Amino acid sequence: MLETIWFILWGVLWAVYFMLDGFDFGIGMLMPFLAKNDTERRIMYNAIGPFWDGNEVWLITAGGATFAAFPTTYAVMFSTLYTPLLIILFALIVRGVSFEFRGKVESATWRSIWDFCLIIGSVIPALLFGVAFANIFKGIPFDGKGIFHGNLFTLLNPYGIAGGILFVLLFLVHGALWLCVKTEGDLQKRASSVAAKLWIPLLIVAVIFLAYSYKATNLYANYFKWPVLWVIPLVAVVGLLLTRLFIAKKSWWKAWFASSATILGCVFFGVAGLYPNLFPSSLDPKYSLTAFNSASSPLTLKIMLVVALVMVPIIIIYQSWVYYTFRDKVRKEDLSYEEAY
Amino acid sequence: MDIVALSRLQFAVASLFHFLFVPLTLGLSILTAIFETLYVKTGDEDYKRATKFWGKLFLINFALGVVTGITLEFQFGTNWSEYSKYVGDVFGSLLAIEATLAFFLESVFLGVWIFGWEKLSKKAHALCIWIVAIASNVSALWILVANAWMQHPVGYVIRNGRAELTDFTRVVTQKFAILEFLHTISGAYILAGFFVMGVSAWHLLRKNEVSLFKKSFKVAVIFALIFALFEGLEGHMHASEVAETQPTKLAAMESLWNTESHAPMYLFLIPDAKHERNAIEIGKIPGLLSFLAFDNTSATVKGLKAFPKEDRPPVDLTFWSFRIMVGLGTLFILLSLWGFFVRNNIENHPGLLKLLILCIPLPYIANEAGWIVAEVGRQPWIVYGMMKTSQAVSPLIPTQIVISLIAFVVLYSLLGLADFFLLFKYARKGPEASMATAK
Repeated sequence: MLETIWFILWGVLWAVYFMLDGFDFGIGMLMPFLAKNDTERRIMYNAIGPFWDGNEVWLITAGGATFAAFPTTYAVMFSTLYTPLLIILFALIVRGVSFEFRGKVESATWRSIWDFCLIIGSVIPALLFGVAFANIFKGIPFDGKGIFHGNLFTLLNPYGIAGGILFVLLFLVHGALWLCVKTEGDLQKRASSVAAKLWIPLLIVAVIFLAYSYKATNLYANYFKWPVLWVIPLVAVVGLLLTRLFIAKKSWWKAWFASSATILGCVFFGVAGLYPNLFPSSLDPKYSLTAFNSASSPLTLKIMLVVALVMVPIIIIYQSWVYYTFRDKVRKEDLSYEEAY
Repeated sequence: MDIVALSRLQFAVASLFHFLFVPLTLGLSILTAIFETLYVKTGDEDYKRATKFWGKLFLINFALGVVTGITLEFQFGTNWSEYSKYVGDVFGSLLAIEATLAFFLESVFLGVWIFGWEKLSKKAHALCIWIVAIASNVSALWILVANAWMQHPVGYVIRNGRAELTDFTRVVTQKFAILEFLHTISGAYILAGFFVMGVSAWHLLRKNEVSLFKKSFKVAVIFALIFALFEGLEGHMHASEVAETQPTKLAAMESLWNTESHAPMYLFLIPDAKHERNAIEIGKIPGLLSFLAFDNTSATVKGLKAFPKEDRPPVDLTFWSFRIMVGLGTLFILLSLWGFFVRNNIENHPGLLKLLILCIPLPYIANEAGWIVAEVGRQPWIVYGMMKTSQAVSPLIPTQIVISLIAFVVLYSLLGLADFFLLFKYARKGPEASMATAK
């Protein structure tokens, strides 16, 4: 029971991380296409300025929770995915410092260096997280000793790449919608047209991915076993359709929430299908790491559950307060604020 | 090099680099919060401008501290998977608690503090930087509790082929953890105090913003003095705890080869690890080591030869790092005392001001040396007495680590250069002109 609760919490942490940092990644990836001048680039930075750091902590917490609740999974997952994970971390490092460093020197070259860091620091994690999770859904070639029988290119199989493209598209739409929420005028118009245009390939890739999952993975077994789980992919599908509806109505907040639901639904579609596996082995199911064979002791799980049940709601409350406090649009005149990025 | 050596080297690079930024974050967040509180209380514009000035340096430094911390958390999984499997039940929960309890607060409210100058009331805004400062320090507490458990594992049992938690309270409240926490944050506060003193000194020498930098200097010198004095006392207690719990580390710190009662200390000593003796020993003070370690001049202190060779840490690195740390710690007491007595007309002491500028790097060296003593001195154990570092490593291919290690070094060097360049630039630029003078 404790293991199952932690399995769900594990999924929640990852899903919320992708929902929140997803739009940061989206805005980073859209930067070269949407911003026409430095003012617009700065508006894009400041649209996520007060939030991105808090969003990224969900990743640290997801990692920490994996370590605390499922140490064997943490150990084997992170060491078998050594190269992609370190590439993601390096990308997140250059993205993180670009916010703080970019505006600190009056030089176009300096600024374009950090713009470049923001862009690659957004596209690489978006793509590789998608690739990594798709491969986890499919199973990773590792043996009983946790030794990985493959390399970075093993992960770049068609299904893995489909997962990567799905994540990139999800985050692009999500980021574009956040810009619609946070900006006005010309930039907002461009963002909304990008969101509308990208929605179509997103729909196509999402359908392909769902169908491909039936062939490439075992995810659907749980859905046939517990039909109530179909609610999860339904949330993703309805969220995606509503996203388009609200884009048409120019209800940006609603569109963004619908897109959030889509991301949560997509991640949970995979997580629910995985259960009880956390990290399945494609070599032999007996090597697979599950919520049961890789869990911490009941005492640790209990202590951590208390911490999570007390702290996560508190975190959600104060983080929501921050979103509420900085809900206004970022305007040109806001850029003269001394501390603006 | 094998995967153990490579993984160790990578972890050393990542953690020593991380710790170039962490101490200033821990200390300068508090100093910035103090300046902002003084502004709220007195309404003195100098303090507001001081808050913004030191806050800007804090943020430049903070950025790199945070992003390099993430790789450390994940490296336990990537490079030390056998360790993570074996002790994750105890160790993992401490890292997870750090994230949920402290890191979230720190990151979320830092954003509010940066963007909230006009959105929040003065008091609420000052509260934000206090939350950031306290959360950063609470974050350090959990990380150091985790490290203390590697130094002195308690509250667990070996069951199901791994270490399982049995007594959470004991893990969190053990003496080693408390001492290590106090030791580390005091070192950080000294660093921040000397940083603020040094930068203030640079401006005071140029008669730039004398009023603002005198105020900054006064707060910083008191802060540095309190913690430099405290560190002296606390360091002694911490070393006694090491003597109790980690005899091999203590012996390496002191380069003590033979087990002795009335163990002496020397004013000057050069170890000769190859021949298991000291090459030079000058100025013997009988019984001092026994006294410092066990509060008793006749206590027996175990020498390195009492342990099998494979269980001893590298002596030279541990010994010299310890000497550097203690020597610098003593210097910090003297310098902050000197600064304290002349704080009211510090601008008239150019000699001290020049000295303080030159001293900015010293607490950095002391902090890093301290970590070398703690981590190298613990070898060959990853968890003292329980698990060897050589058993802890992930089953990786050496090439993978070589590539990632090169990437770490290149990326960190570039970012470190950029960060120090910005710190220099903004430290020298000084505070923004106040609205009054701008007009």
